[in-house]
Amino acid sequence: MFDYQTYRRWTDRTMVFLCGAAAFIAMIPLVSLLAYVIIRGVKRLDWTFLTSIPTPVGITGGGMGNAIVGTITLVIIACCVGLPIGIMAGIYLSEFGKKNKFAWCVRFTADILSGVPSIVTGIVAYTLIVRPMHNFSALAGGVALGFMMIPIVTRTTEELVKLVPHSIREASWALGVSQWKTILNVVIRTARNGILTGVLLSIARIAGETAPLLFTAFNNQFWPHGINEPTASLTVQVFTYAISPFKDWQDQAWTGALVLLILVLAVNMAAKLFFKNPRQLLR
Amino acid sequence: MSDETAVKDKKVRAAVEPTIAKSETRKIEVRHEEPSTEKKTTKVKVDDACAFFGTKQALFSVNMEIAEKEVTAIIGPSGCGKSTLIRCFNRMHETVPTAKFTGDILLDQKSIFAPTMDPVVVRRRIGMVFQKPTPFPTLSIYENVIVGLTLNGVRDKKVLDEKVEWSLRKAALWDEVKDNLQKPGAALSGGQQQRLCIARALAVELEVLLMDEPCSALDPISTSKVEELIHELRQNYTIIIVTHNMQQAARVSQKTAFMLNGKLVEYDATEKVFTNPSNKLTEDYITGRFG
Repeated sequence: MFDYQTYRRWTDRTMVFLCGAAAFIAMIPLVSLLAYVIIRGVKRLDWTFLTSIPTPVGITGGGMGNAIVGTITLVIIACCVGLPIGIMAGIYLSEFGKKNKFAWCVRFTADILSGVPSIVTGIVAYTLIVRPMHNFSALAGGVALGFMMIPIVTRTTEELVKLVPHSIREASWALGVSQWKTILNVVIRTARNGILTGVLLSIARIAGETAPLLFTAFNNQFWPHGINEPTASLTVQVFTYAISPFKDWQDQAWTGALVLLILVLAVNMAAKLFFKNPRQLLR
Repeated sequence: MSDETAVKDKKVRAAVEPTIAKSETRKIEVRHEEPSTEKKTTKVKVDDACAFFGTKQALFSVNMEIAEKEVTAIIGPSGCGKSTLIRCFNRMHETVPTAKFTGDILLDQKSIFAPTMDPVVVRRRIGMVFQKPTPFPTLSIYENVIVGLTLNGVRDKKVLDEKVEWSLRKAALWDEVKDNLQKPGAALSGGQQQRLCIARALAVELEVLLMDEPCSALDPISTSKVEELIHELRQNYTIIIVTHNMQQAARVSQKTAFMLNGKLVEYDATEKVFTNPSNKLTEDYITGRFG
């Protein structure tokens, strides 16, 4: 006897169960990854690791202090390159480029660019900066990361500035405020939290990049003395140590990975805090 | 006639009918005022105004003279061009990408479209209050009031403090918010927000205040407060108000303009328009027999 009600109820239950199971399975790699990095990384995590430079091959001890500084330097350079261009391009797209062909091209390029493999970005920075300057440098690495930031920041800024209601702009114009002051002081101020969140997420995204740094920032075993020399970064250092045959270096690679994870997580959390209430944006 | 307009007309009829029943004539009560003996000077003169959105014409050669320190109401069914007309007065019409305007609008005998007239300056002299209150969400009440000044370079704290109090008092909001000036403007009630927007417009060098259905999003008590405020402000400012509510037009205005399909059908003293309209269309509209 076919009972439609029962059939429907059981389909419902099965589907809910399947979705829940899929969600659970999706969690497994994430959790195990986190747990494993923590378990393997935590034993070398101490003050020395955070503040000293690597020891010569064969001598145990040392740390990744220079790599941590290097990663932060690279991110700052990347921000100097990526943020002004990305944010301004995003504002252009949402405020002036609603329909014109140029804006369409920019949007299209940004979408393509955010999908370009990161190693290709590295090659571009290599050709543009490392080749003419004849040495690997933090500058080149930072620029490569900056290139990766531009499309992400552009598109998130555009989307968030678009969310600011038109009536707010009109209200500002009607008070005799010029268009550029309206954009700067009213529109951007209203979208501020959102833009900041986008920026932080893009930082979190590029801080974990290795490929573009391999032949731009390269690596360095000593404290950095400026942005015009090869610079260590956590990601490259982890890569170098992880493929080395020394037990101590492999352990340090795990700890480096943990430090990177914590940094990225911290940035992500900060982004979440800014964006605690999405409606704050529109209020 | 489309269904939508038919529905609207039914609503208009419903709104007007009680008044008709009460007075047993087709009259809407008008606040009676002695005609002023002095001749009012013309503040705004509209000369053959035509407005377009793309290829669609929204205004058809509108001519009207708006007297100084009077309230002029513009009434008419939805889509008749009321809002388009007043958005021409402060050059907000041209902010719409496809919009075009021909004809001229004179403010104190000077064209607001003259090459020497900056739209930004025009909008400081001719302020606007929108249908929906639009306080700036990230600014406090204090900052909201003087935003038109601070964004144009006024920094003097003392001047700003005085301006905030003066504007809020003018807008009859001071007593309600004086202890909470640092709260966000969006935290106020709808009616308070609307008066905040009026205060904000007053804070710049305002001469003419445009109101685009300022009460249609407000409850009756807030509405009556705003209407009271309009009476107060008439002492010093020229006010042009677009409204769907004919009783409101009758209550607040001295002159009333009736528009239909982008044309100015009738423009006369409010009392005359509501009691003895010279045009059949006006009569049909205000008695709810329209359509």
